[in-house]
Amino acid sequence: MYVAVKGGERAIDNAHQWLAEERRGDPAVPELTIPQIREQMRLAVNRVMAEGSLYDPDLAALAIKQARGDLIEAVFLIRAYRTTLPRFAGSSPVDTGAMAVDRRISATFKDLPGGQVLGPTFDYTHRLLDFALMAEGAAVDTQTPLGEEGGGDRETRVPHVTSFLNRDGLIETADPSDATPPDLTREPMERPADRALRLQALTRGDEGFVLSMAYSTQRGYGRTHAFVGELRIGTVLVEVDIPELGFAVEIGEIELTECETVNQFKGSRTEPPQFTRGYGLVMGQSERKAIAMSLVDRALRWQELGEDFTGAPAQDEEFVLMHCDNIQATGFLEHIKLPHYVDFQAELELVRKLRAEAMALQEAAE
Amino acid sequence: MLDAGSHADAYNFAYLDEQTKRMIRRAILKGIAVPGYQVPFASREMPMPYGWGTGGVQVTAACLVPEDRLKVIDQGADDTTNAVSIRRFFQRTAGVAVTESTPEATLIQTRHRIPETPMTEGQILVYQVPIPEPLRFLEPRETETRKMHELEEYGLMHVKLYEDIARHGQIATSYAYPVKVEGRYVMDPSPIPKFDNPKLSGNPAIQLFGAGREQRIYALPPWTEAVSLDFDDHPFETSKAPHDCDLCGARASYLDEVITDDQGGRMFVCSDTDFCAGRRAEGHVGRLGEAA
Repeated sequence: MYVAVKGGERAIDNAHQWLAEERRGDPAVPELTIPQIREQMRLAVNRVMAEGSLYDPDLAALAIKQARGDLIEAVFLIRAYRTTLPRFAGSSPVDTGAMAVDRRISATFKDLPGGQVLGPTFDYTHRLLDFALMAEGAAVDTQTPLGEEGGGDRETRVPHVTSFLNRDGLIETADPSDATPPDLTREPMERPADRALRLQALTRGDEGFVLSMAYSTQRGYGRTHAFVGELRIGTVLVEVDIPELGFAVEIGEIELTECETVNQFKGSRTEPPQFTRGYGLVMGQSERKAIAMSLVDRALRWQELGEDFTGAPAQDEEFVLMHCDNIQATGFLEHIKLPHYVDFQAELELVRKLRAEAMALQEAAE
Repeated sequence: MLDAGSHADAYNFAYLDEQTKRMIRRAILKGIAVPGYQVPFASREMPMPYGWGTGGVQVTAACLVPEDRLKVIDQGADDTTNAVSIRRFFQRTAGVAVTESTPEATLIQTRHRIPETPMTEGQILVYQVPIPEPLRFLEPRETETRKMHELEEYGLMHVKLYEDIARHGQIATSYAYPVKVEGRYVMDPSPIPKFDNPKLSGNPAIQLFGAGREQRIYALPPWTEAVSLDFDDHPFETSKAPHDCDLCGARASYLDEVITDDQGGRMFVCSDTDFCAGRRAEGHVGRLGEAA
């Protein structure tokens, strides 16, 4: 005898309780603290801030803890929190030229004003497991860097590499604009999107998706011929105009990663031969994402530069913008585990009917 | 998910802030003014995932007033986990009364079904919609499909239905069956079985459709005509399992098939749990039911 499946409410409560236990893990192991995650899982925190579109390392660390390290789940927690926050003001555009750089490299010039600053990078580490890190509690050997103490200062402006090329007219100029950029979290995304909106979608887009899109352009699906003109990481001041005061005041500083690519361009029907730009800007230290973003940005600009559409996925604005958001993607993907028995029943009846008809035809033929 | 009670005070009535509700209400009003037209709206991230009914939840949140009595169903049932979860969400954030009774509810949020008990004037039925665009699987680009709606260019849809008939002898769409609204817009009724399609048309209730991830709201005002697409020589037909409900004996309700053992045993029960329970309370007994 069939008994209707009741007790959904109790099942949900029990599932949540079990989840909480699983999150905590073995109680004999000390619980992670938010500062530990914030300081020692900083790149995970950065990713959650970037894709969650909320610069708050403590909340991002909390989200990572609550999500048991599932970063997409953590991004989701941050997004759902962010959307409830009131908007007091929009900041002035941040000045990355005045960035206090921790890292700044150019792949196009051996040396340049402002210098090459390697900063804290994995680039030249050997990927050998460091078993010393397993020795818990031992004082970690943190020597101060030789020669000088690290960290950029705000006294000297570090000019952008592209500005050197610009002087000779070798690279396209990006027309400055004071237009208020669209906000895809407050307006429905309409296509075709302008570049500001595309960049906004990319900077909060899934790192893996943006990476794969960028990689595909390198392998020939919409070639962009990119050089990393410059990659810089550091902190910038955030300023907000206070109408009552009549001037902008600093409200804090945030860490950003900026990447400008210089792309080969042979000219088109509408544009002379010159280098073109791709741009990436991501919250926190997120190099891979910033570089990938700048390649995808460049690939998406084919129309404006009079290039051909080769059918490459990375050139296809709707394809990229509609599928780069991991919260939308994971939600829709995972929703297929919700009950669908009403629709499945309808399909079942249809297939039974079609089969019955097909069988009858077959029998009649025999 | 919110913990019991503890966070409820930190949020506005029905979770969304009033600015957002106003924005959603504007989209709803536009949708009602242009039946079947998909109105873009700035969908918010909700505390449940996309695909779980974020569009429906936002529409419900924008419509709810403290006097409302809310019913939430998924697959026609009040007790499925997601229906329970959404009902609880509004109990907590809006403190509204809830019910499982279709006639008693002032607002019903649904996923995949229209209740069997006819709706009445003054009620609101909110549908959760995964893909609002009926032309999406014929043309993946939004820029193209919007143009097709603008120009009322629905030839592609008719070609698809025709090809179904040529291949299968009938239209092989069993759910999310497209309708034409008041002779103008072709509309996706959300993935309800085509069995429910006739209830869309001339319904006295307000029917609102919310697609959160796709950022669209659309509507059927009361007494709006919604015609399921078909051909003169292949008229639209509803379909259901050719059985009666094994619990309440209903002949004309939509049925779920339940596998009861591994010997091929199965039974058919009303997918609308409130309708089925109501009939049993009235003394109707099906093949495997017990007298109330």
